[in-house]
Amino acid sequence: MSMNQKELSEQIISMVGFNPRQCMKCGKCSATCPALEEMDIHPHHFASMVCEGRINELLESKTLFRCLSCFACVERCPRSVEPAKLIEAVRDCVIRAKGANFLSPDAVPGKLDPELPQQAITAAFRKYGK
Amino acid sequence: MTYSYFPGCTLKTKAKELDSYGRKAAEALGVTLEELDDWQCCGAVYPMAKDEIATKLSSVRALNSAKQKSQPLVTICSACHHVIKLVNNDMKNDENIALRANNYLGFDEPYKGETEVIHYLEMLRDKIGFDTIKQKVVNPLKGRKIAAYYGCMLLRPSKEMQFDDPENPTIMEDFIRAIGAEPVEYAFRNECCGGYMTMNDKSLAQKAAGKVVASAKLKGADEIITACPLCLYNLKQNTDGSLPVTFFTELLAEALGVK
Repeated sequence: MSMNQKELSEQIISMVGFNPRQCMKCGKCSATCPALEEMDIHPHHFASMVCEGRINELLESKTLFRCLSCFACVERCPRSVEPAKLIEAVRDCVIRAKGANFLSPDAVPGKLDPELPQQAITAAFRKYGK
Repeated sequence: MTYSYFPGCTLKTKAKELDSYGRKAAEALGVTLEELDDWQCCGAVYPMAKDEIATKLSSVRALNSAKQKSQPLVTICSACHHVIKLVNNDMKNDENIALRANNYLGFDEPYKGETEVIHYLEMLRDKIGFDTIKQKVVNPLKGRKIAAYYGCMLLRPSKEMQFDDPENPTIMEDFIRAIGAEPVEYAFRNECCGGYMTMNDKSLAQKAAGKVVASAKLKGADEIITACPLCLYNLKQNTDGSLPVTFFTELLAEALGVK
């Protein structure tokens, strides 16, 4: 693991406030995830890749923008590893960089419809950009 | 009973009925909801990272305003409730977040999570009581088969939300019974509706919302109630629209004769 990867791994662990090494790889998080089929890296695998310091691969992962933040994995993890928080921390590392927003304000008008609640727009901005 | 009230952005715009019926019903139940002055948007999603401070400040401001009035803080929108309750928990239990937020905000006295945050449904259950509500119902919704949709944010993470049993909740079914209707239990009542995914990937939201509605129909529901504007949107707009979806406050107002 390069120094950069190790540092990133440590940063992510400090952002979530728990040690993902507690994971016992039971796979309950992936079994309960409603967006599993849309993800390239599944929640249980995501957690072990943080431990292994394979952060560059995670930074490129589709999973970052497929997680629904439904907290099902957080609720059901028997080891308090909370994969959604790991996914969010890695996503934060991506979108905090200048010019790395996943949702551009210019794209929003084209996505609106008369019923769409403000809550959806605000939530998407919070999840996809800084 | 007087409570501080945080309506949130969407209740002022696309989900006005969630707010207006909630206020009318509260009045009929002898509860005064005092809207906080100068409240700000909660941000709609809880920022999970420990180093996210700025995105939590609007919630802390609302919590501190309620503390100044020594009132519990009532929310109706599931998202506002989720965000404000979790931030309150951080202010109570996470020294680093509390210190940095308080340094920034500079209140006369640091805010340490003193305010009690309750959802409108919790107010009905714990402060008023479903038995009392039953007695005040003038128009019982007899014969209506209603599926309660909890979604994610009211229930999870249960350790912090303390709302109900996250796997087998009963509060909304008890509410439905209190207004004279028949609750329909179904498998997907606490599964995700697709949430904000509707912005960037409609097909994923359609898949998630479609499962919820199909599951409710399978158990014989004629309609669905929710406390969340985005859930309502997904269950209506990202499905075949075969089941009517309304806010729970609308049915409460109807049953209390104030709709």
